[in-house]
Amino acid sequence: MSEKTPEAGSSLWRDAWLRMGKNKAAMASLGVFTLIVFMCFGVAWFCKDPNAVTLTNKFASPSGEHWMGTDALGRDLFSRILYGGQISILVGLIATAVSVCIGVTYGAVSGFAGGRPDALMMRIVDTLLSIPFLVVVIVLQAVLSVWSSDTSSWIVQHWNWDKTFTDRLTNIVPLFFALGLFGWLTLARIVRAQVMSLKEREFVEAARALGYDRFRILFRHIIPNTLGPTVVYATLTVPGFIMYEATLSFLGLGVEAPNSSWGILIKEGANFMETHPALLIIPGIFFSLTLFSLNFLGDGLRDAFDVKASKD
Amino acid sequence: MSYISKKTVKKHLFGILIIFSLGGCGGETAVDQATRDGILIIGNTSEPKGLDPHIVSGVLESNIIGSLFEGLVVQHPSQEGVALPGVAEKWYPSNPDRPDEWIFELRKDAKWSDGEPLTAEDFLFAFRRILTPELASDYAFMLFYIRDAEPFHKSQRAYLIFRNDESFPVKWESLKKVDFGPNEKADKKTFNRKGLDHLTAKELETLQATPSHFNWPESVAVEIRELIVSKSLEFAKSGRDLWELINFGATAPNAHTLKVKLNAPLPFLAEITKHYTWFPVPKHVVLEHGTIGERFTDWTKPANLVGNGAFKLKSWRFNDHIEVERNPNYWDADNVGINGIRYLPISNLFTEDRMFYDGLLHITYTLAPELIEYSRTHYPEFVRNELYLGTYFIRTNVTREPFTDPRVRLAFSMALDQEAIIDNVLQGGQKPAGGLVPPFGGYPTSSAVKFDPVAAQKLLAEAGYPGGKGLPDIEFLTTDKESSKATAEAMQAIWKKHLGANIKIKQMEWTSYITNMFDKNYDLAAGGWIGDYMDPLTFLDMWMKDAGNNRTGWSSETFEKLLAEAGQTSDPQARYALLAKAESLFLNERPILPLYWYTRNYLIHPDVKGWDPLLLDNHPYKFLKLQRDTGAMEN
Amino acid sequence: MFRFILGRLLQGLLVLFALYTITFFLAKAMPGEPFTTEKNVSETTKQYLRKLYGLDKPLPAQYIIYPSKIITDRDFGVSTSKGRPVRDIIAQSFPVSLILGLGAMSFAIGIGIPIGIISAVRKNSWVDWSLMAVAMVGICVPAFTIGPLLQILIAANVPGLKVAGWGNPLDFLLPAFTLGLVSAAYLARLTRGGVLEILSQDFIRTAHAKGLSPTRVILKHGLRGGLLPSVAYLGPAFAAMISGSFIVETIFQVPGMGQHFVNAAISRDEFLLMGVALFFGFLIIMMNLISDILTGILDPRVRIGKAAQ
Repeated sequence: MSEKTPEAGSSLWRDAWLRMGKNKAAMASLGVFTLIVFMCFGVAWFCKDPNAVTLTNKFASPSGEHWMGTDALGRDLFSRILYGGQISILVGLIATAVSVCIGVTYGAVSGFAGGRPDALMMRIVDTLLSIPFLVVVIVLQAVLSVWSSDTSSWIVQHWNWDKTFTDRLTNIVPLFFALGLFGWLTLARIVRAQVMSLKEREFVEAARALGYDRFRILFRHIIPNTLGPTVVYATLTVPGFIMYEATLSFLGLGVEAPNSSWGILIKEGANFMETHPALLIIPGIFFSLTLFSLNFLGDGLRDAFDVKASKD
Repeated sequence: MSYISKKTVKKHLFGILIIFSLGGCGGETAVDQATRDGILIIGNTSEPKGLDPHIVSGVLESNIIGSLFEGLVVQHPSQEGVALPGVAEKWYPSNPDRPDEWIFELRKDAKWSDGEPLTAEDFLFAFRRILTPELASDYAFMLFYIRDAEPFHKSQRAYLIFRNDESFPVKWESLKKVDFGPNEKADKKTFNRKGLDHLTAKELETLQATPSHFNWPESVAVEIRELIVSKSLEFAKSGRDLWELINFGATAPNAHTLKVKLNAPLPFLAEITKHYTWFPVPKHVVLEHGTIGERFTDWTKPANLVGNGAFKLKSWRFNDHIEVERNPNYWDADNVGINGIRYLPISNLFTEDRMFYDGLLHITYTLAPELIEYSRTHYPEFVRNELYLGTYFIRTNVTREPFTDPRVRLAFSMALDQEAIIDNVLQGGQKPAGGLVPPFGGYPTSSAVKFDPVAAQKLLAEAGYPGGKGLPDIEFLTTDKESSKATAEAMQAIWKKHLGANIKIKQMEWTSYITNMFDKNYDLAAGGWIGDYMDPLTFLDMWMKDAGNNRTGWSSETFEKLLAEAGQTSDPQARYALLAKAESLFLNERPILPLYWYTRNYLIHPDVKGWDPLLLDNHPYKFLKLQRDTGAMEN
Repeated sequence: MFRFILGRLLQGLLVLFALYTITFFLAKAMPGEPFTTEKNVSETTKQYLRKLYGLDKPLPAQYIIYPSKIITDRDFGVSTSKGRPVRDIIAQSFPVSLILGLGAMSFAIGIGIPIGIISAVRKNSWVDWSLMAVAMVGICVPAFTIGPLLQILIAANVPGLKVAGWGNPLDFLLPAFTLGLVSAAYLARLTRGGVLEILSQDFIRTAHAKGLSPTRVILKHGLRGGLLPSVAYLGPAFAAMISGSFIVETIFQVPGMGQHFVNAAISRDEFLLMGVALFFGFLIIMMNLISDILTGILDPRVRIGKAAQ
């Protein structure tokens, strides 16, 4: 394996970092993403109240007062975008991370095992894929909305946390539950296909000949080689989760009004396409920039860790 | 691809572009074609659940039914509260001083679309059908004015058996505490769930043997209980229909006269008969495809449907469109101005508006609030903004703190800046609601509801929550539409500003929203009410204690007494005065917070002539015409 | 192969059964019932309606009656929200969704895969980045934005295309395009990733060394392995296009099946909900089966159905 050749001692991480550094798109993306995260989590606190309604100042153009103008209820758009970004970035990243963990493990085990276990695991995936999602959402909303307000009161009472923050937190939990239940299914299928192909390769035979047990082969040799499509698919699911969160919030299972998220801003903004396009375009730009940068970053990471990348 | 040289493509590209662009201006749109053919194309928001006037209950269905059927009278195309002859040529009360019995003289040439004559028998059949319990009609209550209609529909078997029985030991009114009907809250193991009146013969026998299966209140003596059960059993075993026990108020002295005896004098009965629940249905066709109480029959399929309206059903393509065409057997066919109507079930507001601008329909169902300003500025000639008989209000849950206290309710109502919301959020030209009943001819509209934040703050302090301190978090229930959200957010901000109240908005999809409202699982709930007919009663009788649409927990005996008194008053002015008094009492206690009176905003093509504003939006299609004004070019 | 397919179909029956059970209990767990309307319906009427639809029977009885009616009579029940037999509704809407789905797939494959291949070959060049950016449009701009944009900009101005509707042959173009754009983005990126994986392998170097033209190398050798992730994705993706087209359907007035998934849940229309869920389950089973067979064809080393040693 190339990383073990007797050159000047260089770890995998160092190599990866060096390779990343040469990838212009990836570095630029890292910069953009960091900037956006900084704005949403750092700058936001200094901005205006995103929920302050001023009915007489709707649809204002950008000004010194409101850097990006105001929305349909006179709320500052810039600050709504930043605060909304907190939710969307968190939801996107965490939901993706969870679905990657579950999906990769599940798909790899299924693909590697083959035969009956694979059939069973894949049929479970088929079943879960067919359940009408909205029904689950409605049931979850009915069941968990009570849970979330009760838990919130309990936490505020016993641990003395800030009420608004706790409310928002407990509202998000059912959301993650809903997303987490189904987000990993297609990734599992993709990883499984990769693994089924990989497990027939020579290096696996070699590992077996060396006497490695199955778990070691699976986790240390096969899964790292599935990183490519996994990273690609993972970065693609982030926007999916963000938009899904908007749908769920409208059904009472996510962000509680008047708080916003990028998904909600875009959904509301779309109705003003003909009349006030800025309400759609500006959140859309933030959304798109984040996704683009995540994707190029993902590509860069994948290239960086690709053990077979030629050392040009 | 290699043998088509780049040069050839370039040569023809220009020609292709010309052909494409030629299609643009001067090309005929669907609306152009339809106007020429005399077909009116209407956006009708959604696929109808059916076309049987006795089974459906929605506005969109009534739009279609209104073209296929005609009632005793017809709405005047432009004047509110005026009825023109429909199937009935003349109608009058037998006794003008006490209008509790009405005569309708039907025209002798009335026919069904298949040529069969339309007689009073068809009306009697229709009335009986909608009241038949097995049909399970949502809207049967519209006929409860007719004598004995209600007890028949509710299958009040026990009451009907004994009410004329002179040998019955007690007065029936004393049994009011007993619930003979189904009670969904009752214990599953008892017969109270199903209701005594609905028990089968077998179940009644079981009850006779084991009397404990039914929860009677203590006040009812054992002998009475046994008597009721045994007589009910006798009746159930006899297999007779409850219809035989009643003296139904509607009768037909001859084939062309309909006599309707009411429970109380009703000066505005003609208005009520405009509603499709009072329309006739073809007895011969309905019975050909099923029994009177059968719900899923084929009689409304295009091949079978027979109506008496200006149009008949031409085609019904599920989820695509419904088309009706001229009915040559309609009594006034010569005066029908258009040749047909096509209904498009377009559910997305924006799509509908874009389709209108693309020349695909004549009239839209609505105009998206976000596009109102835009349309008014750029296409004012297409926009209509008309009053609609409905009120948007917020229900308060008077069984939960803090809204148990009327002062809090009044405070929240007075702190609501109606105009700010209407002008800035809704933008549909709605009117701030001065009361519950929207304005219409003759009735003294209330102006009790006003925006007065200072007074609101005082009241709130008086009630024990100065500046909002001590107020619990208030749950505001609303639906998942974007406009509902915006309105709710605006109110949230307004109440926070003026009262210091914390509102938590709970959005959910429609059925969950209705269910939570019905279960009184809310503090405030967005809602509204659209009138079924032109009378204040349609807005007031829903607040009675047992009214199904109340949902607030509020009730008042005085209020109900006033309504009952009005129900017995013949003089229209005196009656209105009583109803206004009831409304005033209601508004003083403010179990609901009225926000605005509805308007309808929609787009209409100038080709459509004769479409005037009507408060109930029940346009008689026969009076319309489609005409292209010369000189106008479409783009 | 035949035994394999048969086995999968039998497993599919088990999946449908599990799906039925889960959906049945979830549907019953939803608050509210089909007869909840805004104008309150009396309890008497509700009881009659429940009886009419068989909803007054105890749950275990309902659980058994529904599938038995399907097996004996092909009767999927009557839709409470539409007043028609569920079977008719599915029969009407499925062909529409099929056309829409196939159109969307064609757009997705026709746009996504070529972009993915070219990007992979020209990795990390401006061509790569700009093509990826174009592909990403499908993800960054959601359907409810693209659809109206197409309506406003294109349909309103091009004579042959209507803003919405499903009567003329060309009507499927805009909705199919909108629906397919998301998948195009996924396919572009998955193909790029997959092809890159293959291209870095030794046998590719060998082919180059042997003197095969680069195009031939890619198309003949690179694609087979490179398409693996895309094929695995396409199975559920196609099925999802059929069930998830709710937004596209409402924007473009397409009478497809997607709207039933949403509306049946909201109206608590259990029979329609169950009907479309089972139908959709069947579709997923078939699509995943096809996807797995294709995987086996693309990579002959993959032995479908054999257990690991």
